[in-house]
Amino acid sequence: MKTSGILRNCLAVLATLLLPATTLAAEDGKLKVGFMLPYSGTYASLGHAITNGFKQHVDELGGKMGGRTVEYVTVDDESDPAKATENAGKLIKRDKVDVIVGTVHSGVALAMTRVARETNTLLINPNAGADEITGALCAPNVFRVSFSAWQPSYAMGNVMLERKHKNVVTLTWKYSFGEQSVAAFKEAFEKGGGKVVKEMTLPFPNTEFQPYLTEIAALKPDAVFVFFSGAGAVKFVKDYVAAGLKTSIPLYGPGFLTDGTLEAMGDAGNGLLTTLHYADGLDNAKDKAFRTRYAITYKMQPDVFAVQGYDAAQLLAAGVAGVKGDLGKRAEMVNVMETAKIDSPRGAFQLSKAHNPIQDIYLRKVEGRENKVISVVSKALTDPARGCKM
Amino acid sequence: MDIVSLLIQTLNAVQYGLVLFLLASGLTLIFGIMRIINLAHGSFYMIGAYMAFGLSSGITETLPAMIAVGLILSFFIGFILEWVFYAFLYQREHLEQVLLTYGLILVFEELRSILFGNDVLGVAVPEALAGSIPLTATLSYPVYRIFISAACLIMAGLLYYLIRHTRLGMMIRAGSHDRNMVQALGINIDLLFRIVFALGFMLAAFSGMISAPMTSVSPGMGNQVLIISFVVVVIGGIGSVGGAMVAAMVIAFADVFGKLLVPAYAGMFVYLVMALVLLWRPEGIFRKG
Repeated sequence: MKTSGILRNCLAVLATLLLPATTLAAEDGKLKVGFMLPYSGTYASLGHAITNGFKQHVDELGGKMGGRTVEYVTVDDESDPAKATENAGKLIKRDKVDVIVGTVHSGVALAMTRVARETNTLLINPNAGADEITGALCAPNVFRVSFSAWQPSYAMGNVMLERKHKNVVTLTWKYSFGEQSVAAFKEAFEKGGGKVVKEMTLPFPNTEFQPYLTEIAALKPDAVFVFFSGAGAVKFVKDYVAAGLKTSIPLYGPGFLTDGTLEAMGDAGNGLLTTLHYADGLDNAKDKAFRTRYAITYKMQPDVFAVQGYDAAQLLAAGVAGVKGDLGKRAEMVNVMETAKIDSPRGAFQLSKAHNPIQDIYLRKVEGRENKVISVVSKALTDPARGCKM
Repeated sequence: MDIVSLLIQTLNAVQYGLVLFLLASGLTLIFGIMRIINLAHGSFYMIGAYMAFGLSSGITETLPAMIAVGLILSFFIGFILEWVFYAFLYQREHLEQVLLTYGLILVFEELRSILFGNDVLGVAVPEALAGSIPLTATLSYPVYRIFISAACLIMAGLLYYLIRHTRLGMMIRAGSHDRNMVQALGINIDLLFRIVFALGFMLAAFSGMISAPMTSVSPGMGNQVLIISFVVVVIGGIGSVGGAMVAAMVIAFADVFGKLLVPAYAGMFVYLVMALVLLWRPEGIFRKG
């Protein structure tokens, strides 16, 4: 028994010595992409859209990046921050993925970002917008191809100034993404001479809006800025219209208010103006080709999340091709990704120093269950990346 | 706050209280009379909402027909559920009840995902109730909310009548006090409980059904109402329908005025009120013996 124990130890040592060699061997082999996304619960459809978009680009490349066949490992993160560290660890240690792609929920993404920083794992974030990810938590190996909470809301501040609104009331859930959105809006709006008369928050995910609507009616501001998404957005817009406020006090917000929620809102959503980095009816060939192909492959229309998944694959492909599949050259690869021009369906973009897209923000109007593009409100908007030391 | 705003906010609170009462009434029936901790109550509410979506998008557009079909269907589902699952729980411990009913939440969520997908869905407000009544120059009150309040009041009245003034109600009250004695008197207690459970299910589904056009129909919607329903039942005194009404009002006023007066603590204000009520009356406001 004892001898076999020693033998095993020797073998283990030997294996460790051989490890660099095996990694080298893997370089000619497969490229392991770990999806850590929500495949169940409220955000399941977003997780699937991101996955679909990513795979669509990989298929366009013939299933290969930098000469290496792409292979997928998936983990359902359940949008549960409590399980985030463990799930990310599984992908890194057990599955030994080359890159992690994830996720939707900001709380989960923050935990993933910390793990990626500690283990120096390459992370591409295809959605979660918490400012910190490319702010205080920014790192050479952490990339984001979506947006920061700051971007669409800051742009909205300028839209509302242009539309001559002076006094505005804001309302959102009392949680980090909502508060970051309101802060970004307020920054732009007050810089241009507007005034936020009252900032209102309600506990997440409470949707009893009636007291706030009564308050808004009593305050009679020129306009209202809100951040809500999903089911909460549907209920808020319906309540706002039913209270007769939409005709007298215009409602604005970042695009999450009307993305994926229009069918459920019915006519209540008509005419709403929102800002986001993507819109329906963009006039560019890339978007048309992307949408057609997506619709044929997946038998449904793509959304902003599919675009972000697609761009995550584009960014990774650029990096892997730049080092000809040799992921050992991390610094070189990061360099290529930092300077890559991503030909996105939303319009081409490059990354900022903090690895967040420098992108156009569109003003969109709800027409016939679509977010029709009206104009570009902020050309090449760069997130201020507060707290990023890179 | 001026007097007009105060009056409108009071109206908001009363309306919210009525909705809360309807939500909790089914739970208080099942929890109070059958002593089962039913964590799947939120799922029953969700089933009602999805039923409204399914019925309105496929089978019938008219509200009364939809509600009638929905009520019959939900009574039937409740009846079967009790037969297959809950009937085995009466003599079991609370932990086992929690396990089974929590399991049911997962099953119902998965079924929902398979049948309807994970998108946010909506039900249109029926044409006849789509208007609103102007209250001030800028604010109007949706007719549908008034309809919901009326529906809640009617349900409360029917429930009160059923429990206090009918033979079935008498048996239910007796059964909740002493199950064995009632059985000894020759009453089929199994069937009686099955009917009570089906009624409880029906009430939860009904509140889901009529709430659907006002809110949205979405994954996880049941979990959002579960906690608040338990808060109402516990404050009101377990098993007391009248208590549930009073508690629903207390909670609604705490919620509405908490949001206005202490906005930074609105999230915990309701629970603070609950803690105070329970310190004052640990058994709930209306608990007898």
